Amino acid sequence: MVSKLKFEAIKVGDAIPTIKIENVARPDFVRYAGASGDFVPLHYDQTFVEAAGIPTVFAQGMWTAGCLSRCLTEFAGAGQVRLFKVRFARQVWPGDTLTCRGTVTAKSEVGGEKVVDGDMEVVNQKGETTVKGSFRVAAA
Amino acid sequence: MVDKSIIGKTGKPFTMPIEWGKVREFARAIRDPNPVYFDPELAKKECGGVPIPVTFLQTSAFWQTAESTPPLDMFDMRRILHGEQEFEFFKPILVGDTLTGLARVSDIYEKEGGRGGKMTFLAVEAIYTNQRNERVARARFVLLETGQAVGG
Repeated sequence: MVSKLKFEAIKVGDAIPTIKIENVARPDFVRYAGASGDFVPLHYDQTFVEAAGIPTVFAQGMWTAGCLSRCLTEFAGAGQVRLFKVRFARQVWPGDTLTCRGTVTAKSEVGGEKVVDGDMEVVNQKGETTVKGSFRVAAA
Repeated sequence: MVDKSIIGKTGKPFTMPIEWGKVREFARAIRDPNPVYFDPELAKKECGGVPIPVTFLQTSAFWQTAESTPPLDMFDMRRILHGEQEFEFFKPILVGDTLTGLARVSDIYEKEGGRGGKMTFLAVEAIYTNQRNERVARARFVLLETGQAVGG
């Protein structure tokens, strides 16, 4: 497994690939519930969320994090991520459009491996950050 | 008041089989079209096997038994939120691997929040080893219970 990211070609401040998630919808949350086993009812049961005082079901945080992780596998290749760290800042609702993006902040060598670090985030159509974090990927 | 005595509590080891069916289902769920998750032949050439999506290991949390999971039943399901998630990878994880995970409560604390009132935070760390007894990954997550429902 070799990273498709060329260490020499990358500069601090470079953008990583952007992933756009158009029209987030309830079926995304249901499909993710089945795929992940996360059946917390806040994500698919409208009756349950209304009783809890929340207007509609919302995305599993890890669904949104999974969408964000695609920027890294696109950047360096699958299996090349060394660190993925996120904080969930705000919920993602049906109808949202998300932009997943990031920037390179450092390049170094760790344990004989060339690595690239950066910050990443998911913003919604209003420009609000929903997920924020940092990453490290291997480079060749 | 939170029970600080649970910090350091370790669960029973749990098993996490890495199966192709679940990996491709997960990839589709996060709308990831990368062919390495759907074409094992191609994946073998490119990655030595079908790799896991970056956040896939978190799914093991939902298959742990009460003995392997730190005490999540203390939370009210109507007010639970995922605060943070972290994965660190040391070695490749491929379809066909069988991982063993060991979870440990790393912290529990309370904080005054803004929108959600008083919040309780629980931090759990898990170490994963493969069938060759190699340490392949570390995961850490923080769950929080808000004092009141958060409506966005």
